[in-house]
Amino acid sequence: MTSSQWVLVAAVFLASAVEMVEALTIVVAAGVSRGWRSALEGVGVALLVLAVLVAALGPVLVKLPLNTLRVVIGGILLVYGLQWLRKAVLRATGYKAPHDEDVIYAKTVESMSQSSSEVRAGRDPVGFAVAFKGTFLEGLEVVIVVLTLGATDHDVGLAALAALAAVVLVGLVGVVVARQLAGVPENTMKTAVGLMLVSFGSFWTGEGLGVHWPGSDLAIPVLVAVYGLVVGVLVLSIRPRRVFGGVHAS
Amino acid sequence: MPPETTTQSVEETTARGWVVRGLRAFGLFWWDFLVGDTPEVTVATLVILGIVVGLVHWMSSTAAWAALPVLVAGTLTASVLRGRRASRRPQPPPPG
Repeated sequence: MTSSQWVLVAAVFLASAVEMVEALTIVVAAGVSRGWRSALEGVGVALLVLAVLVAALGPVLVKLPLNTLRVVIGGILLVYGLQWLRKAVLRATGYKAPHDEDVIYAKTVESMSQSSSEVRAGRDPVGFAVAFKGTFLEGLEVVIVVLTLGATDHDVGLAALAALAAVVLVGLVGVVVARQLAGVPENTMKTAVGLMLVSFGSFWTGEGLGVHWPGSDLAIPVLVAVYGLVVGVLVLSIRPRRVFGGVHAS
Repeated sequence: MPPETTTQSVEETTARGWVVRGLRAFGLFWWDFLVGDTPEVTVATLVILGIVVGLVHWMSSTAAWAALPVLVAGTLTASVLRGRRASRRPQPPPPG
């Protein structure tokens, strides 16, 4: 595999794992509080809709002119990756509340326990809707990452395999640890994904606009390192300093 | 026949309603995905693309690949600092 393919696999795997953790939290909450049958049906229908989307959009994306595709998709990756990195830096420095799966789980269970709905033939519409929405929205982000990264690298199959591996792995871990998803180092994973999305975004927009990167594909890991350094400096420079037991913002 | 016309128009309205709702949800998804609460990132990315086009066209590819990561890093820094300022801003008092 080329360096570009390694980064592609790592980016898609980590992004999919993060989204899968978020989706799993919602599905487990729906299953525990409203019954597993409707929650699993919601997951199944959402996966079906996502599969149709991939089947419809995948071939269209691959047929677009390569440079246009690279600029559009590179731009989307840049925006999306910068948003992830911004959140990750703010969370790492305490300026934004961390994404706590335990809190999300508790809130979801509480809100669904309070909602009353008619259960027909063992089916609960609230459990179905919550599981469908959670799976569909988080899954849609995985689909976008797989299609955009895969299409620009002309390797949608490899990207899809990396996403599938992440979904299966997180699913299995989720089944084993059930409600202990808060233990997943999500912010670290989000930082890594953000770095790769921004690096791919920079590389592909550059290529699409006529930039000849030194070392070709090897520029991607270099970009990851450069942006990693920037993120590290940002975290260290804006992290509030502890002074005599108190906390002073820098 | 009035009853059929009414049923037909209700069906049409429902179908149109589904399409409008679907389009609105699609638009909102992309707006939230690409702009959300960080419009500065979207605007800066478009500006970066414009600068890179200009550099490739009027200067050189080398200038463009050197400038791109610097501009992206600058955008991230500016957006993070904006986020930090926003998190320090005092919350508005509760109504009443």
